[in-house]
Amino acid sequence: MSRFKLFIPLFIFLVLAVFFWRGLSLDPTRMPSALIDKPLPTFTLADLNDPAVMRTQDSLKGRAALLNVWATWCVSCRVEHPYLLQLAEQGVPIYGINYKDDVTQARQWLKDLENPYVFNVVDADGRLGIDLGVFGAPETYVLDKQGVIRYKHVGVLDDRVWRETVGPIFEQLQ
Amino acid sequence: MIHEAIAPNLMVPELGHYALILALCLAVCQAALPLWGSFTGNRVWMASSRSLATGQFVFVAFAFACLTYSFLHDDFSVVYVANQSNTLLPDQYKVSAVWGGHEGSLLLWVLILCGWSLSVAAFSKEMPLEMVSRVLSVMAMVGVGFLSFVLLTSNPFDRHLPGIPTEGSDLNPLLQDFGLIIHPPMLYMGYVGLSVVFAFAIAALISGRLDSAWARWSRPWTTIAWVFLTMGIALGSWWAYYELGWGGWWFWDPVENASFMPWLVATALVHSLAVTEKRGVFKSWTLLLAIFAFSLSLLGTFLVRSGVLTSVHAFAADPERGVFILGFLGVVVGGSLTLYAFRAPNVKSYASFGWLSREAFLLLNNILFIIAMLTILLGTLYPLIADALDWGKISVGPPYFNFFFVPLMAVISVLMGIGSMLNWKRTEVSLLKRWLSPALIASVIFAFIIPFFIGSGGYEWGAVLTVFLGSWVILSMLSDLRYRLRNAQTLRSGLGKLSLSYQGMLVAHIGVAISILGVGLNTIYSDQRDLLMAPGKVVEQGGYEYHFDGVVQVKGPNYVAEEGRIRIFKDGEYYTELKPQKRRYFSSGQVMTEAAIDVGFWRDLYIALGEPLEDDAWAVRLHYKPFVRWIWLGAIFMSIGGLLAIADKRYRRKKTVNPVASKTSASAV
Repeated sequence: MSRFKLFIPLFIFLVLAVFFWRGLSLDPTRMPSALIDKPLPTFTLADLNDPAVMRTQDSLKGRAALLNVWATWCVSCRVEHPYLLQLAEQGVPIYGINYKDDVTQARQWLKDLENPYVFNVVDADGRLGIDLGVFGAPETYVLDKQGVIRYKHVGVLDDRVWRETVGPIFEQLQ
Repeated sequence: MIHEAIAPNLMVPELGHYALILALCLAVCQAALPLWGSFTGNRVWMASSRSLATGQFVFVAFAFACLTYSFLHDDFSVVYVANQSNTLLPDQYKVSAVWGGHEGSLLLWVLILCGWSLSVAAFSKEMPLEMVSRVLSVMAMVGVGFLSFVLLTSNPFDRHLPGIPTEGSDLNPLLQDFGLIIHPPMLYMGYVGLSVVFAFAIAALISGRLDSAWARWSRPWTTIAWVFLTMGIALGSWWAYYELGWGGWWFWDPVENASFMPWLVATALVHSLAVTEKRGVFKSWTLLLAIFAFSLSLLGTFLVRSGVLTSVHAFAADPERGVFILGFLGVVVGGSLTLYAFRAPNVKSYASFGWLSREAFLLLNNILFIIAMLTILLGTLYPLIADALDWGKISVGPPYFNFFFVPLMAVISVLMGIGSMLNWKRTEVSLLKRWLSPALIASVIFAFIIPFFIGSGGYEWGAVLTVFLGSWVILSMLSDLRYRLRNAQTLRSGLGKLSLSYQGMLVAHIGVAISILGVGLNTIYSDQRDLLMAPGKVVEQGGYEYHFDGVVQVKGPNYVAEEGRIRIFKDGEYYTELKPQKRRYFSSGQVMTEAAIDVGFWRDLYIALGEPLEDDAWAVRLHYKPFVRWIWLGAIFMSIGGLLAIADKRYRRKKTVNPVASKTSASAV
């Protein structure tokens, strides 16, 4: 009977393992951001295509826009990409954060798949991502003219999401 | 393409890849043959473990050398090299870039594992062959797991063919630093070193042999891994302090926690092994700690590389790797805990001891360290668990960790002073009263007086507590030393009679006190100011005057920088000049803050350059950091203490010596 207690560590580990498994399989798709209705965190990051140019949070002010977090290692970003091109064609300004990525591959990606972004900033070590509370790519923020975050969508931005949630919010800010 | 004369040999990465595959084959043999031999009594198969371990080390070292060669020769046909290096990168960073990313750091992990196997093979002459072969076989099983992980999901030798890039994308500038050359190898030596005591524990579970000889063989390996882990964590904290430009030295970041948890368990293990060796109790508990310590190292690997938690340290998330490590974690931890559940000695040990005994206090030590580990584990995993259970997204910050950790450490320090004075089995209260009262009175006096002399901003109760704990630990250790020297003719002869492990214990505990003083006083008295500084402006802080002379452009090998010139005056006299930089690296365009630090025993002056503002003015951050060096000085003491303990002669006796003889140096823990 007392041998039973020696199984306790194993049992605890199994419970933990289930949580790890869930943590792996259900990568968070929805995350209420603490930053809604707050201005963008401050940053100074290099432009993806021209590292000599430094972009700050002020570069995104002036008009309502989308801020998209993406990376070449992110498969969903590739799924999302054509829709971003379509939005850009309709005149929606989209800024990009190239998140924890390889710069060469990212440039190649934009060359191969066309570039929907007004510009991209390089967030190689994910510091801006941490300030923003990015959990994984892709994520899209809706910014108003003053650069205040109005909405955050986690996951692929597609036609349905745009029609039902993101689009109306964006139209309001216009 | 590159000129013929310096063109890298394109075969080298293939040879490295091939060597890794051969190493995997040898690891499979090493995992199976010696273990089989130990069951069937075949001495040849058992003895093969030593040569197989050597072979595995040679092939992995060769693969590692091949990767280093590719880095030094800018062979950008290798994807990993193209991602991590650049032709402009200085050579020493090309070498450290080998372990700057996921694939290479994993290869370093494997290399160090093979290094530990090799040392076990070489320094185990006094152990029975059966034991050696089982230990090496368990280590090879871990090796099989990691080598297949490297080969299947994270091959550092993958090629970019066709279309070789002419230039690499450069090592993350944060990692282009001396601290990063030595921090990961040290830390990995510690992490992986825990696999040795893990293998000892599994071998003991398999054979059912768990006596004080087993504990004596395991102790030096545990202590040396603990020493490396201590140094690795201290180096990481030192690196974060001077390189990140925030002036902080610990952030309770998930990855820091991942290295701190094995340290806490290893610390508990070092102490419980002492009891198992000297008194033959706590056996099952010691085994469990050994399994935990290594499991937490693996857990750290999982958390860092699978992307289930966000952290500044995290490697780019890759679910495929996550699944592999989780599976491996399941096999290693699940398997060893199952083995533990069925095989751990379940005999109640009746070695009786009173509450005022060394056993009881070491048990308390273990319980407190495990509670500390569990609080950190809970804080680290809570966001993950809350998310999985749909409780919403929660992040756990430093206030949570400090709230639990500070009281726990305070209790541990108080008990540490009493515990080392105690005898095994039981101790008279009068003995403690007689020898520890002076230390107690003196620490209380220090605690109330010293805070008057440090810091200008009023009397701090936190400082009183810190000084009390620090002085109590140091003075009680010295009282214990006085007690042990009470019959010595001269100080010299008395000191000579003390065993090295006892001296190591004293030094390590004093190290803990130094770190406590550093952490506490630094947290309380640090001063930080964000200032707008225009050329010619003078600012005063902590008795120093800072004269800002403007900013100049300087050029480094692979970056350009704006360098602030700040002259510092103390009491009206010129003291020194500090030159903080803001660097922009060519290839990635990343901007890095390079803080300038004036290092001192009592305080650091720390200046980081912020953003340029209008009219040559700059945002400048001045930190005054008292006692910050003590944090790492304490870690150095702890490591020296550990090394002294390993040097104790009793670990080098032959197996023929009667175990009773160990009583001669029994004063040590």
